[in-house]
Amino acid sequence: MTVGIVMLAHTALHRASQVARHWHAAGCPVVIHVDRRVPDDEFRPFVDSLSELENIRFTRRLKCDWGTWSLVEASQIASEMMLEKYPQVSHVYLSSGSCLPLRPVQELIDYLAERPKTDFIESATTEDVPWTVGGLDKERFTLRFPFSWKKHRKLFDAYVRLQRLVRFKRRIPPGLVPHMGSQWWCLTRQTLSAILQDPDRATYDAYFRRVWIPDESYYQTLARLYSTRIESRSLTLSKFDFQGKPHIFYDDHLQLLRRSDCFVARKIWPEANKLYEAFLSSPEGAMNRAEPNPGKIDRIFSKAVERRAKGRPGLVMQSRFPHEGWENGLTAAPYAVLEGFSDLFVDFEAWLTKATGLRVHGHLFAKDRVHFTGEQSVYNGCLSDSASLRDYNPKAFLSSLIWNTRGERQCFQFGPRDVQKIGPTLARDPNAQIAVISGAWAIPLFNSNMNFADIRKQAAELQKIENMHLETLRAATAKARVRIWTMADFVEAPMEPLQTVIDEIAPRPLRRLNEAPRMVDLTGFGQFLQNLKNQGMHPYLMGISRSAAIPRRGNRAAANPTW
Amino acid sequence: MSAIQSYRLRLQRRKWLIRALRKRRDLTAVRNRTSHIRPGDILVFSTVRNEKVRLSFFLKYYRNLGVDHFVFVDNGSTDGTREFLEDQPDVSLWATEKSYKRARFGMDWLNWLQMRYGHKHWCLTVDVDEFLVYPFCDTRSLRALTDWLDASSIKSFGAMILDMYPKGRIDEQPYRSGQDPFEIASWFDSGNYVMSRNALYGNLWIQGGPRARMFFADQPERAPALNKVPLVKWDRRYAFVSSTHMLLPRGLNLVYDEWGGEKASGCLLHAKFLSTFGKKAKEELERKQHFANSKEYQAYNEAMKANPDLWCKWSEKYINWRQLEILGLMSKGNWA
Repeated sequence: MTVGIVMLAHTALHRASQVARHWHAAGCPVVIHVDRRVPDDEFRPFVDSLSELENIRFTRRLKCDWGTWSLVEASQIASEMMLEKYPQVSHVYLSSGSCLPLRPVQELIDYLAERPKTDFIESATTEDVPWTVGGLDKERFTLRFPFSWKKHRKLFDAYVRLQRLVRFKRRIPPGLVPHMGSQWWCLTRQTLSAILQDPDRATYDAYFRRVWIPDESYYQTLARLYSTRIESRSLTLSKFDFQGKPHIFYDDHLQLLRRSDCFVARKIWPEANKLYEAFLSSPEGAMNRAEPNPGKIDRIFSKAVERRAKGRPGLVMQSRFPHEGWENGLTAAPYAVLEGFSDLFVDFEAWLTKATGLRVHGHLFAKDRVHFTGEQSVYNGCLSDSASLRDYNPKAFLSSLIWNTRGERQCFQFGPRDVQKIGPTLARDPNAQIAVISGAWAIPLFNSNMNFADIRKQAAELQKIENMHLETLRAATAKARVRIWTMADFVEAPMEPLQTVIDEIAPRPLRRLNEAPRMVDLTGFGQFLQNLKNQGMHPYLMGISRSAAIPRRGNRAAANPTW
Repeated sequence: MSAIQSYRLRLQRRKWLIRALRKRRDLTAVRNRTSHIRPGDILVFSTVRNEKVRLSFFLKYYRNLGVDHFVFVDNGSTDGTREFLEDQPDVSLWATEKSYKRARFGMDWLNWLQMRYGHKHWCLTVDVDEFLVYPFCDTRSLRALTDWLDASSIKSFGAMILDMYPKGRIDEQPYRSGQDPFEIASWFDSGNYVMSRNALYGNLWIQGGPRARMFFADQPERAPALNKVPLVKWDRRYAFVSSTHMLLPRGLNLVYDEWGGEKASGCLLHAKFLSTFGKKAKEELERKQHFANSKEYQAYNEAMKANPDLWCKWSEKYINWRQLEILGLMSKGNWA
């Protein structure tokens, strides 16, 4: 009772030779198929290097191409030779030249001896497997594929489309239920010989000859006909990336592979000297009876695939520059944009920092410079406070800032006095939490010492700018979380909206606010607005009509409608 | 991209190739060891001028990564660069006294040498102050990377320039030959880069870092480009268009993903800001052989008079590639 190793080799023959020797040393006969494409001056030394070992044999050689029948045929030839020449073999293990046994071979032999009737072959119906290349799963079995996927991709695709168009379908031989799975299997003598000696084999072979990637479906389908017991998993650890090519193992995977307790891994980089040294040296210590546990390796590789397919949200970098709409997050984390608050409240930024623990910046998009928190001239990630650098690409500025400060919630002030180019980006970003007190920009004007003609002009300008900005925020395409209060609404009962805003932007739930920031003295503000109106400039964003109630000093709930 | 446009790019590529053929007459072989190049070897191509002090670490660094052969063009060195390179067993050396600028900043020369010797090899085109860092470079050789790129049918690998600088004045710590320059210039800017797509060539145009922050804050559009595609599985029909910032055919410039994913990429650690810098900037300014009338060097020269400190409290100290990966400056992509 032993395991026979069928090996398909096409490159890095010196490694294949090492591995074959290793199998052989543990008493496993090895039958090797070498791709016909390998030149003689590589093949000869390979054969010579193994010639003194009596239980290593070579089959006749076929030209092998990825995804074609030739691979199945090669494994058939080699399996037949194995079954015929080595009657003591009870399991046959299909491996490749770049496979590496990770555990002492005796452990594998024991493992299989304990499960004499079990076939280890991953075999799932097409409905159950998500890992198909080119979107072909069921159609692998019903279309024809005369063109090479690797060399003539366009022809391949066009021919598939044509067949779909004319609704061409091949007939699947009766009795077969298409199954797919990893091409690296370990079958019992009974099952394998039943497949190879089936009276209908000619029919099946003729059918599978034209199936797409038959090495992933031939044995997987036929084993279902004869096996008494299928363990639908491969004993070979082999992971595929999103292009359908196997992940490669390197020296730095050594510990990971050790701990996986898998019997065989593929595919190993031929120059991974440490791996070959570590796993092909003589076994030490007690026998390990653990079940294979590739979970950790699975996680690493599926993370890599996810990184390639989805990337890190909010990151814009040299190898990730998504088209608009494909960003998977314009920015890396939620942040808050407050408009009008610092106009209405005295020392609002300091108050907010104290109340919430957010990182509160001033007007990041101010015309003179970037007002980072604490008026720093450089900020996280070495972002400069230069307005011209920021305005050169405001979107990149924003996404850099949010990326650089991951893990710490940012908050900044914005208003119609700032450079407006960033507005549409803010509106489009689901991470932006925007709270606006519309019309609050008038307060600094109200408190200014400017000539009224100039005030009027500026007010008209600022109102126009804010109105356009509000329109972007209200647009159907806007994805930001937006809350807009008119100044009148806000001033009437500031605690409630303030609480709403704080609840929304603070990273953790807070207790009720017990202290509101001090509001700017608004005495006479109503008259100020009326003066603007009298000058022909109608301020409407504040939501205040002449008769509306505006408290003299904001915080008191009891409004005093004196103006 | 319209058919006319791609035809025009094809004509342009031809033009660069013909130009490279013409410019080969500038070059004289000093030491041609290219017969040692075996199929599959990884090659480095570089133009040098008075860089002797840097060369020994440069060669050591890339030999260590697994580069098999170096091809240098020496553009009129007077400091013994030429003699030093001649003696290296894995270096082939060409020399020219002709204008660097009129050879499109050396690109014509390198295009020719790559056409001649780089065909079907992975070619790394770098300056002597650029040091490639890629995912897993501490445990996997450059060959592991190129094998993986081959297996993934990827023909070019992007690596953005990352300007490294010391803490304190640039001329404070003298750089000795053979020394790891990043022992001195060990700091970098981690998150102030901006990029846009070049519609014609398809490459990203990346700017930012300490140079934009310190020297070009008032004219950001003039800040130097940091995008590079230094590692290419060369074909004799390829041509660099402008330094290694972009190539033709334009497909080689698509080293980034546009659908939200991340492609694998590296960084070129740039050891420009060392004690050698002041002298170099002055020399280059006098030569007027650099891009856009050496505007870049004019700006440096002005700024250098004030002895600037590029370092700030938000500067990051370089540790390893994993740090750059976490900071989002480069990516493993789907290489695991």
